[in-house]
Amino acid sequence: MHSNRTAAIVLRQLYLLGGSPARVVPLFAWVAIDIVLWGFITRYLNSVAASGFNFVPAILGAVLLWDFMVRVMQGITTTFFEDVWTRNFLNFFGTPLTISEYVLGLVLSSIATSSVGLVVMLVLASAAFGLHFLAYGLMLVPFLLVLFLFGIALGITGCAIVLRLGPVAEWFIWPIPALLSPFAGVFYPLSTLPQWMRYLSRLLPASYVFEGMRAVVSSRTMPGDQLFWGFGLAVLYIVLAGRFFAYIFHHAVRNGLIARYSAESVS
Amino acid sequence: MVRDLHKNYGSLAAVDGVSFEVGRNEILGLLGPNGAGKTTTINMVLGILEPSSGVIEIGGVDLRAHRSRALERTNFAAVYAALPGNLTVYQNLRIFGLLYGVKSLAARIRTLLEEFDLERLRNVKYGLLSSGEQTRVSLAKAMLNAPTLLLLDEPTASLDPATARDIRAKIREFALRGEGGVLWTSHNMYEVEDVCDRVLFLSHGKILLEGDPRALPREHGKETLEDLFVAVAREPLTLQD
Repeated sequence: MHSNRTAAIVLRQLYLLGGSPARVVPLFAWVAIDIVLWGFITRYLNSVAASGFNFVPAILGAVLLWDFMVRVMQGITTTFFEDVWTRNFLNFFGTPLTISEYVLGLVLSSIATSSVGLVVMLVLASAAFGLHFLAYGLMLVPFLLVLFLFGIALGITGCAIVLRLGPVAEWFIWPIPALLSPFAGVFYPLSTLPQWMRYLSRLLPASYVFEGMRAVVSSRTMPGDQLFWGFGLAVLYIVLAGRFFAYIFHHAVRNGLIARYSAESVS
Repeated sequence: MVRDLHKNYGSLAAVDGVSFEVGRNEILGLLGPNGAGKTTTINMVLGILEPSSGVIEIGGVDLRAHRSRALERTNFAAVYAALPGNLTVYQNLRIFGLLYGVKSLAARIRTLLEEFDLERLRNVKYGLLSSGEQTRVSLAKAMLNAPTLLLLDEPTASLDPATARDIRAKIREFALRGEGGVLWTSHNMYEVEDVCDRVLFLSHGKILLEGDPRALPREHGKETLEDLFVAVAREPLTLQD
């Protein structure tokens, strides 16, 4: 693996971000709006709840963690879409660039862009709504790590789907987080869900994070093996997503879809 | 070096047993009517289309076995492969320079900007350039790594005659002074006669004729290379040995 080729993918994204406010603003604008919206909702819930339960770490913290995962996924897909929008596959894949170098470039670009959103959310949630991340203790690190890994797996899978189905399939990718959120138990315990949904929830690494987060907030001990399962699943999904992307790429090279990508010729 | 290259789509043979070699300092023209298999051949040499069978070696490196190492030795410019229009000339050259692992990249970019008269356009986005300027940038990108094999798919299409002449001169200069060769496709027979040392005529995925573009028409009873091209396109069977 050559680091200069991976650096080229990251540099391209930095150049685009540097010259385009339309790319920079979405890095923090939507997550900031989410934090403000849910910040006021949790503040209202705190004022009307008789139990004295603090909704800020349970709900606002969950929004923050979920948005972080979504930003990681979109950081990857958006970098990939730059090649879709500029019909650049032929230029990039006609060079010595390998699939692993390209995908690593997407991941590193995503780290750069999702970090911006995370910092903005952390500052806003703590400064405006009193969300203290010390409430999660050291568990915050594995929570973020599992969501980061799952976001990467989702992003790579999304890229593979668009590579296979053509540019218009981009519209399958944007709603993926919304589709998963009911199963991930972002705002409620998995016990709220019907049994069949709980089976699916157990396949999502994010569900272990949100269950764990609620356990920590309620001063309960979080079972370590739960988070381990979440981590294991996230790693497994990254491996599977990488293989899926490589399979789709080789299929595209065999059938000439890289050279005729805009034709959206699913075959 | 390309040996016995095949590409089949189901029962259709897009490329059917093509073999050729591009020598050092040679410009080889790949000619033929639309759908003859020229771009399919170029795409296979570029590694973006997998051959059904056959061997492609670039600078002695097998493309199938060592894709990255083989592609380090090649580069290309094609009328249908515009560079990202939202990046400036410099940014495009820098990114592709990194992808091709160009040594002393900053100096190499400076040289190419000067050589292709692009210094004043250095910070202009590629998408805002005229066709001629875009072609110059694409060629500068194609020469970044001084490739052993330079692939040019209709590089002068849509250019005015004066700009096309300048571009041809640059490519000839590259072939003469460099270490590599050029594989060139064009539908402009005047250009092919002017530039190419040798041509291959493709028809229905097979090489039909091969030779010196200045001598080949007479050898086949035609006045000009264009007449020969038309004959290949309309009556390929009459030209087969």
